[in-house]
Amino acid sequence: MDINGQDFIKGCSAIGAGLALIAGVGPGIGQGIAAGHGASAVGRNPGAKSDITSTMLLGQAVAETTGLYGLVTALLLMFVQPLVG
Amino acid sequence: MGGTLLMSGGSNVDFMIHGLFSYNFPGLGEVWITTSHVCILLVMLIILVFAIVANRKIKKAKDVPSGFQNVVELIVEKLDGMIEAAMGKNAKYFANYIGTIFIFILLSNFSGLLGLRPPTADYGTTFALAIMTFCIITFQKFKHQHVKGVVKGLCSPWVFWAPINLIGDFAVPISMSLRLFANVLSGVVIEALVYTLLSWIATGWPAFLHVYFDLFSGAIQTYVFCMLTMTYVNQAIEDGEY
Repeated sequence: MDINGQDFIKGCSAIGAGLALIAGVGPGIGQGIAAGHGASAVGRNPGAKSDITSTMLLGQAVAETTGLYGLVTALLLMFVQPLVG
Repeated sequence: MGGTLLMSGGSNVDFMIHGLFSYNFPGLGEVWITTSHVCILLVMLIILVFAIVANRKIKKAKDVPSGFQNVVELIVEKLDGMIEAAMGKNAKYFANYIGTIFIFILLSNFSGLLGLRPPTADYGTTFALAIMTFCIITFQKFKHQHVKGVVKGLCSPWVFWAPINLIGDFAVPISMSLRLFANVLSGVVIEALVYTLLSWIATGWPAFLHVYFDLFSGAIQTYVFCMLTMTYVNQAIEDGEY
């Protein structure tokens, strides 16, 4: 099988897309910590359950952004292929 | 077997925006009408019909609401309550804008339920929304802090921090639009993968994917977008008040 420069760049782009999705680890950990603290807050003060839940969801949705940057980078590498000349 | 299935299905996984037809504008070149435009028009049509019906109903409103009038009053009260809670005394100036983008983004995200490709999964849509928010933030900054206050805020710890503060200001619309875009797009991609690669067992249960990605995630992201808009605008106003 002959591999020319274009194929090599496409293959490396696919590897880069895979590596970019490692960014999903961070938001996972962060959202887990937020959910854990939310659970303990509800345990301490069950009356404020709705407030705690909405604050937790808002924070988690904002924390998710960094992981989604990784997703956008991966999709760009896979489908837009900016490196293929 | 799994490999061949994956390969055979993988060739027609489709979550892209499609161009429907193109115009050749003199001086502009080719301008494409895409599926996003059609979906936005459908969403606008739904909002328009709802608005006309609601207008008719409210014109002959009764003191004791019933049926459709109840629904309209509930929506307006909930939106007003959300904006009031986030913006305090500035709420009445921005209730129109925030309410409008809230309803538009929410219906756009929900349009995935109708089998459409949500218009918010197109970066053009979300970037346009974020640019509007950015213009409002900048206008309110100049209105309430004046040029002196804006320059002072830009050089806040020290003069040489100005470029970093400037980048921080311009990162606001980019991060806001990318957050909404990528959240909706991830749902679209996963649904497309399930419907094409797992088409032999995709009966019934993908409804739960729609509930999570279209309804839950869509509503959360709509709330986040409006909340961030209100927070930034409020900050721009309050920084000029002391």
